[in-house]
Amino acid sequence: MPSTISAWEFAFPESTYSSEDFYREFPAIKRGNLEKTGVLKRHVASDGEFGSDLAFNAARKLMENLQLDPGSIDYLLYLSCDLDYYAPTTAGILHHRLGLKSSAGALDLVQGCSGYLYGLQIADALAQSGTHKRVLLLTASLLTKYIHPQDKGNRFLFGDAASATLIEHTNQGGLGPFLMGNDGSGAEAIIIKNGRSRHPGVDDNAPEIVDEFGNITTDNHLQMDGLAVFRFTMRTVPELVSTYLSQQRLTFNDIDLFVFHQPNLYLNELLRKKLRIPEDRFVHCIENYGNTVQNSIPLALHHAATTGQLRMGMRVLLCGFGSGFSWGITLLQYEQHAS
Amino acid sequence: MDSLEIFTEKLLVELDSFPADSLKPDTHYRQLPEWSSMHVLIIIAFCETEYGITVTGEDLRGCSTLRDLHNLLLTRQ
Repeated sequence: MPSTISAWEFAFPESTYSSEDFYREFPAIKRGNLEKTGVLKRHVASDGEFGSDLAFNAARKLMENLQLDPGSIDYLLYLSCDLDYYAPTTAGILHHRLGLKSSAGALDLVQGCSGYLYGLQIADALAQSGTHKRVLLLTASLLTKYIHPQDKGNRFLFGDAASATLIEHTNQGGLGPFLMGNDGSGAEAIIIKNGRSRHPGVDDNAPEIVDEFGNITTDNHLQMDGLAVFRFTMRTVPELVSTYLSQQRLTFNDIDLFVFHQPNLYLNELLRKKLRIPEDRFVHCIENYGNTVQNSIPLALHHAATTGQLRMGMRVLLCGFGSGFSWGITLLQYEQHAS
Repeated sequence: MDSLEIFTEKLLVELDSFPADSLKPDTHYRQLPEWSSMHVLIIIAFCETEYGITVTGEDLRGCSTLRDLHNLLLTRQ
């Protein structure tokens, strides 16, 4: 039996950081360039906010909206780079906090901007296995905590968020098939080097790395080679979409709506134009959130449903891509109301 | 490949955040206060989409002016 996305919800850190805040902090930066990213506002986590807390809040909102019995959830997936501990799993802790039954599984997944597709694929496989009819997929990104205060470009671009998505059996519509991929040669294009096994902890003496535009980072912080990411995206995504549609014996005209990861407006417009997708069939949702990593696709789905761009019965193409490099693509036959 | 004048004219449409007349074929664009990492992406995308020519960040670092960039593209066509 196919599975589908039947509901979604979100949670955000309390603080927001507007572009006006940004230009007040960096008055020497000329307006007009960074606006091409499309970001006007983003939520930013404080030191006391954590991915698991945001994911918990998103899950609770979803359960309250649907009046969902926690005991009816058969599996919890927590997909994030923001894990509470080395061990145990954060998913296991969330399982307890949300009051799930002990026979429900719980698993952490680590993935970046393609993560929502990876999470959906595993949730879909669990749901289709027949023993886990209802899967709760939680995603969270608090990447702004790892951006150097003087890394101006990335501070403008990224925002924090968490999402909760319910995936369950359906009689109509459904997800899939999935086409995934990875190219580990791009590992250093988007990386935070310190803090895990290979380089444990934070190095207080990590040297500053300054680019030609005065952006500063260190091995304790996010390092993003924007050009490498740009070239990967422009090389990989159009071919991925075309290959996938060809494999499914579909054409672009068979797709009602294209929902991509939201890295920035400029890049997604280039992709849209390269793929010759009409504006009204392509979702942009970065203005009020920034690039929220694993959360961008569900946020874009929600935005499209709210504005009427996404409607019942539509065949939607979802495509995620980013750090790793990694990518994934699938179809969603949208048949059920979201929260 | 377009002439230097046409190339500059087309690229300036994309680089719309520079004040009028501030960016000419022999302007050292890195010295302009508006110059940003976003422009690097825009130029690379422009070369790819308009002329089908791949330009890398390393290539761009070897160029100081739009004339340098145009000359580079002429060698790549």
